[in-house]
Amino acid sequence: MSGSDILGVEGLSMRFGGIVAVNDLSFSAQRKKITALIGPNGAGKTTVFNCITGFYKPSNGTMRLTHDDGTDIQLERLNDFRISKLAKVARTFQNIRLFPGMTALENLMVAQHNALMRASGFTFLGLIGSPGYRAAEKHAIDLARLWLDRIGLLERADDAAGNLPYGDQRRLEIARAMCTEPALLCLDEPAAGLNARESAALSDLLLSIRADHGTSILLIEHDMSVVMEISDHVVVLDYGVKIADGSPQQIRDNPKVIAAYLGADEEEALKVMESGT
Amino acid sequence: MATLVTEPTASRVPGIAFILKKALISALVALVLFSLMIGIRTEAGPSGQLIYWTRFGDLFAMVAAVFGGSIVVELLRQWWGPVGTIRIVPPRVQSGLAFARKLIAPVLLLFTFLVPVIFYDQRYILDLGILVLTYVMLGWGLNVVVGLAGLLDLGYVAFYAVGAYSYALLATNFGLSFWVCLPLAGILAAFWGVLLGFPVLRLRGDYLAIVTLAFGEIIRLVIINWQSLTGGPNGVTGIPRPTLFGIPLTPGEDGLAAKLGIEFSPTHRIVFLFYLILALALLTNWVTIRLRRLPIGRAWEALREDEVGCRALGINTTTTKLTAFATGAMFGGFAGAFFATRQGFISPESFTFQESALVLAIVVLGGMGSQLGVALAALAMIGGFELFRGLDQYRMLVFGVAMVLLMIWRPRGLIGHRAPTVFLRHSQAISSDLVKEGHG
Repeated sequence: MSGSDILGVEGLSMRFGGIVAVNDLSFSAQRKKITALIGPNGAGKTTVFNCITGFYKPSNGTMRLTHDDGTDIQLERLNDFRISKLAKVARTFQNIRLFPGMTALENLMVAQHNALMRASGFTFLGLIGSPGYRAAEKHAIDLARLWLDRIGLLERADDAAGNLPYGDQRRLEIARAMCTEPALLCLDEPAAGLNARESAALSDLLLSIRADHGTSILLIEHDMSVVMEISDHVVVLDYGVKIADGSPQQIRDNPKVIAAYLGADEEEALKVMESGT
Repeated sequence: MATLVTEPTASRVPGIAFILKKALISALVALVLFSLMIGIRTEAGPSGQLIYWTRFGDLFAMVAAVFGGSIVVELLRQWWGPVGTIRIVPPRVQSGLAFARKLIAPVLLLFTFLVPVIFYDQRYILDLGILVLTYVMLGWGLNVVVGLAGLLDLGYVAFYAVGAYSYALLATNFGLSFWVCLPLAGILAAFWGVLLGFPVLRLRGDYLAIVTLAFGEIIRLVIINWQSLTGGPNGVTGIPRPTLFGIPLTPGEDGLAAKLGIEFSPTHRIVFLFYLILALALLTNWVTIRLRRLPIGRAWEALREDEVGCRALGINTTTTKLTAFATGAMFGGFAGAFFATRQGFISPESFTFQESALVLAIVVLGGMGSQLGVALAALAMIGGFELFRGLDQYRMLVFGVAMVLLMIWRPRGLIGHRAPTVFLRHSQAISSDLVKEGHG
C-alpha cells in the first residue's frame, strides 16, 4: 500500500447472522482526494461506512487510517466515539441526524465538544469563567461562524436546525462534521433529496473542502452527476463484493458496473452500451 | 399529544356530526366506567352479607354531564384552540405579555427574598415557603437529568435519601457540623448517582425508568433493613440543627440572639432555614444555568436530541450520561442534607416513590429543561395543594382536573420552549415542537 493512502481497507467482512452484507472487501482512499463508494441499493455501502466509523464491529478484516504525520490507527480496534475523537474520522448520515431542537450555531458548537471540554478544564475551569475557556469559546464560535458562512447559513445561525429547509440541513450536517476538524470525512448520500441546483452547490462545497482544508473525503452517492463530477476515484460494490475500482471514466465504461445497475448480465450490458453510443 | 391538539384545527370546521360523535363516544366510555362505580352501591350488611342497591339516576346524571361537557370542551377548543389564540390576541397585548414574561423571574425572586419580612409572624407561610423551595431545588436538580440530558429517572428520591442519611449519620455519629456535611452529602449522593449510572447506561426509555425506579426502592429498603446503621424504620433522631457558621440559633448565652443583643425568638431559626434553602436552590440554579452554556451542558442537550449523532461527533456518551446523573444526584444530596437538618428527624417513610413521582411531575409540568417553569410548577404543585386544603375530600379531584386541563392546553409544560445557549445576533426561543424529549 502506498504512502499516499489515508485509509486502507483489507479483507473487510461483515456478517449479520447468516447474511453476508460485506464480503472480503479491500479498497483504499487516497489522501486529499475524493473517493466515491457506489453500488445498487442493498450493496452494503452504508454497512462499510458503519464499519469504518465504528458503529459496527466488522466480523473480519482490518482498516488502517494513516494521518498526515505518519501515525497509523487500526480503526477496527476503536469504538465509535473514539474513532471521531482520536482517528479524526467524521461522518454524516443518510437520514439527517442534526440536533433539531438546537440552533444551527449550537449544532456546530457541540461538534467542537472535545476541544472545548479540554479548554474548560473538564467543566471546572469553565464553571468559574476562566479566561482560557472564554478565549477557546470565542475561537469555537469563530470557527462555527466561518462554516456557517461557507454553507451560506450565516443569516440563519440562530434558527433551530429542525426549522431549516432540507437542503440547508444537509449542508449544515456537513459543516458540523467539518467542525470536528477531521482528517477523513465520510458522507452518506449527501445529495439525496437535493434538486439539481442544490446538488451543484454541494459539489462545489465538497471540492472546496478538499482544496482548502486538505480533508480526504469518502462518499456514498446515488446521484451519478455528482459522483462523476467530483470524485477522483470510484469503488463499486454489488452484493457486498467489490466489482470495479478506478477513475470515474473507467467506471463509466465498465460493463460489469452497468450490468450491476441494470440487474442484467454482462453481455446484455455491452449490447446496451453499444446501442447507446 | 401534539396531534391531539392540532387535530381539530386541521379540519377548520369539524361540524355538528363530528362533535356529536365525539360526545357520544365519551358518554359511552363514561357509562362503562361509572356503571359499576356509581350505578351500583354495595355495603356489608349487619351480619356480613352483601347489600346492594342501584343508583341509575346518579349514573345517568353523570353520563349526561360527560356528554354535555364533551360538547362544551369541543366547542371551546374550536374557539380558543392554539391557532385561535394567536389570531385573537392582538400583537400589542402579545408584546405586553412577552414583556411580563421577562419580568416574572426577577419579580418572583424579589418576592421570595421578601417572604420572611412580609410574613414574619406567620409561621405556616414560612414553613410552606421552605417546603416549596425544597421542591424547587429538587426539581432543578432532577431537571439536569430529565430535562437536559433526557434520561427518565424515577428514583430521584434515592439521592435525596442518601443526602439526608449522610448528614444525619455523620452529624450524630461523628459530630461533624452541617457546613462540613453539606458538601460530603453532595459528594456521596453524586457517588451513588454514578453507581446507579453504570449499570443503566445501556438502557433507554421505559427500561431506564423501571431500573431507576427499582434503585430508589433498593435504597429505601436498605435503609429500613440495615438497622444497626440507620436505625431501620425508627429513623435517626436528634439530628443537630444548622448553625450560622458555628453560632447556634438557640436561646442560650452563646446563641445568635444573645450575641446580636436581640430578644430570642424561635422564628429566627425558621427564617434562617428559609434563606438557607433559598441560597442552596439559587446555587443549584446558577450552576445549572452555567453548565448549560458549557460544553458539558450542550453535550447533555445534544444527547437528548440524538445520541447516535453525539457519538459520531466524538462525544463520549458514557461519561456524559454519568456526569448528568452525578450532577443531578449531587443537588438531590444537598437538598437531602437540608431536609435532615430542618426536620431534626428522618425515617425511610419520607423517601417513598411518591416523592420521586412528585418531583418528576414538577419537572414535566414546568416544561422539561426550563428553570423558571420548574419553579412555577413547584409553587403550583406544593403551594396549590395547600391552597385547596379547604376543599377537603375534593382536593385531589380539583388537582387532577387542573393537571388534565394543563396537559391539554400546554402538553409540553408551563414553559415548553427552549432558549438557545449561544447566539450570534439575537436569541430566539425554540418552539417545543422541535425539541426532543429524549429516549433515556
